[in-house]
Amino acid sequence: MTNHSNNPTIGGKTSLKTIREAINDALREEMRRDPTVIVLGEEVSGGAGCGGEDDAYGGVFGVTKGLMPEFGRERVIDTPISEAAIIGAAAGAANNGLRPVAELMFFDFIGVSFDQIFNQAAKFRYMFGGKSKTPMVIRGTVGGGWRAGAQHSSMLHSIVTHVAGLKVVMPANAYDAKGLMVQAIRDDDPVIFLEHKVMYDIACEVPDEQYCIPFGEASFPRQGSDVTIVAISNMVTHAITVADILAKEGISCDVIDPRTVSPLDHEAILESVEVTGRLVIIDEGNPRCGLASDIAGIVAEHGFYSLKAPIRTVTAPHTPVPFAPELEDAYLPNAEKLMVAVREVLAAGQSGA
Amino acid sequence: MPYSTEFLLTAYRTMKTIREFEERCVKEFEGGNVPGFTHVSNGQEAIAVAACIDLSDKDIIGSTHRGHGHCIAKGCDVGGMMKEIMGRATGLCKGKGGSMHIADIDKGMLGANAIVGGGPPLVNGAALAAKTLGTKNVALSFNGDGSANQGTVFEAMNMAVVLKLPHIFVYENNGYAEGTAANYGVGSNSLTERNAGFGMPAECIDGLDFFATYEALKIATERARNGDGPTAIEAMCVRFDGHFIGDPQLYRPKDEVKNARKNQDCLKIFRERVISEGWLKAAVMNAIDKEVMVEIETAVVDALAAPHPDPATDLMSDVYCSY
Repeated sequence: MTNHSNNPTIGGKTSLKTIREAINDALREEMRRDPTVIVLGEEVSGGAGCGGEDDAYGGVFGVTKGLMPEFGRERVIDTPISEAAIIGAAAGAANNGLRPVAELMFFDFIGVSFDQIFNQAAKFRYMFGGKSKTPMVIRGTVGGGWRAGAQHSSMLHSIVTHVAGLKVVMPANAYDAKGLMVQAIRDDDPVIFLEHKVMYDIACEVPDEQYCIPFGEASFPRQGSDVTIVAISNMVTHAITVADILAKEGISCDVIDPRTVSPLDHEAILESVEVTGRLVIIDEGNPRCGLASDIAGIVAEHGFYSLKAPIRTVTAPHTPVPFAPELEDAYLPNAEKLMVAVREVLAAGQSGA
Repeated sequence: MPYSTEFLLTAYRTMKTIREFEERCVKEFEGGNVPGFTHVSNGQEAIAVAACIDLSDKDIIGSTHRGHGHCIAKGCDVGGMMKEIMGRATGLCKGKGGSMHIADIDKGMLGANAIVGGGPPLVNGAALAAKTLGTKNVALSFNGDGSANQGTVFEAMNMAVVLKLPHIFVYENNGYAEGTAANYGVGSNSLTERNAGFGMPAECIDGLDFFATYEALKIATERARNGDGPTAIEAMCVRFDGHFIGDPQLYRPKDEVKNARKNQDCLKIFRERVISEGWLKAAVMNAIDKEVMVEIETAVVDALAAPHPDPATDLMSDVYCSY
């Protein structure tokens, strides 16, 4: 299951694509391929009923731009601002023959719609004895860095990861974003697809053809044997920065991007820690009952005898996201904070702690 | 004269303050001095002022993401507001909230809100407290044609009727829920008819007309204060700017904003009315204009000079634990 290489190459032509474009490609191609795929949400096209330009937004971050002109308002549905009804409609439609991709403009709006997600969509298949499937995707933007304040900057992936029945996807590059979105749409379970809002313009080579990236398979943006760094979503960027700096000092980091946090590639993490004996997890979420503590718990339980040093986590502090730039910068985990933790773990390992 | 000179001067000054504050916010945002997402309410000043002018600091309002005007109308300090919007330590919320979370509990301003429909259930709570404690205070929520379609708002309206809460639901219908037309998003032909369906008095008024709005709100507020339950007022208005500052507004018909600024400006309408009625002289209002300009300029200069928060002390304060 574990793939210890970087992204596998796929035959055929590739193009330089941003994460925004890669997700847009995945949606467009799946909509062309499968007429049951629909997109719905607030301003996924924009301008409904306004009398100005149609498709004025294509989503406030432009991810669904161009879909409405191609597929029409019947399949690219601008909704009222009614998150519970959006998610409920997606879940109900998924039970009845469609493959909806619903957008929560900011994933913070999960609060308004959470019952439809965790009590309804997540539980159908199990609760109904396997007789129901719910092939829906909920896209949402997560994370800080935009000075968007406490209610538009949260990192709520741990909450949905906690809910049985949901799959949770967090791509950290355009290649993964496309392959994971295709997989998410074709998956028969509800998938939460979380896009970090500071990452949309980050580009890499992306195959033009459609491809799936299976869930539960980590990728290894950097490989090494001295210390394992597990990084989620935008934190992968910081992990790579740290790994590249340490490489110049002769220290090799095994950077693991789980890509999906539910299911989680336990094996990849445990196998890596077996080699390195040292683990740092960097996650933008709050620290309590979060993904970092979850992964630390898994390794403590199943990889304890491989450890040469205490596990370290680098997370946001246990506060809401502050508005002022100085405070938000201090709030967010970054490469500097990760470097401190990695060096501590390396030192502890060296001294035999 | 049906209104005192003092009342008219206060109304005009407050509306003008909101206008200048918002127009200046746009400039400062464009100049890079305002971080994040900012939503301005210029064009909608008459409603904010008409709704709040008779309220005391003990009466509570709940606002929206487009909340600067409501803050000013409720008596929040414009200097503290500008500092907050610029993320300074001496802002109303110490720079932790920002434009979308600006609040001043001492002034009965329960907060702007970045969750559409997040406010009305909370305002019901303020109304419930007033009713239970017998304070005769009232609570007022600002809503839009967008939040009108949230389940939270439906639930709050129904409960306000069931519990006979002193809650005035004000709907600022500017025609746009972000970038979606109200006539698309609101399925009912009439928001007011739908509001009435909840079992409360509901009225639709011209929100560009300060006096019409004030008279409707006055009756609603008295009803709430007398223990006669909630009211819904839909005030038709125009948004002079985008959903957020920087919104290209491609979805709006060409020249709509230009024409609105020319022909649907609630401040101009107010001035014309009070002059034609002989209630106020243009010179008096011109003098207020100058004073307001100075006040806003001072607010900006002070805010730009104000200290930034210190992460060492401010990041982990106002929260219950330190990990």
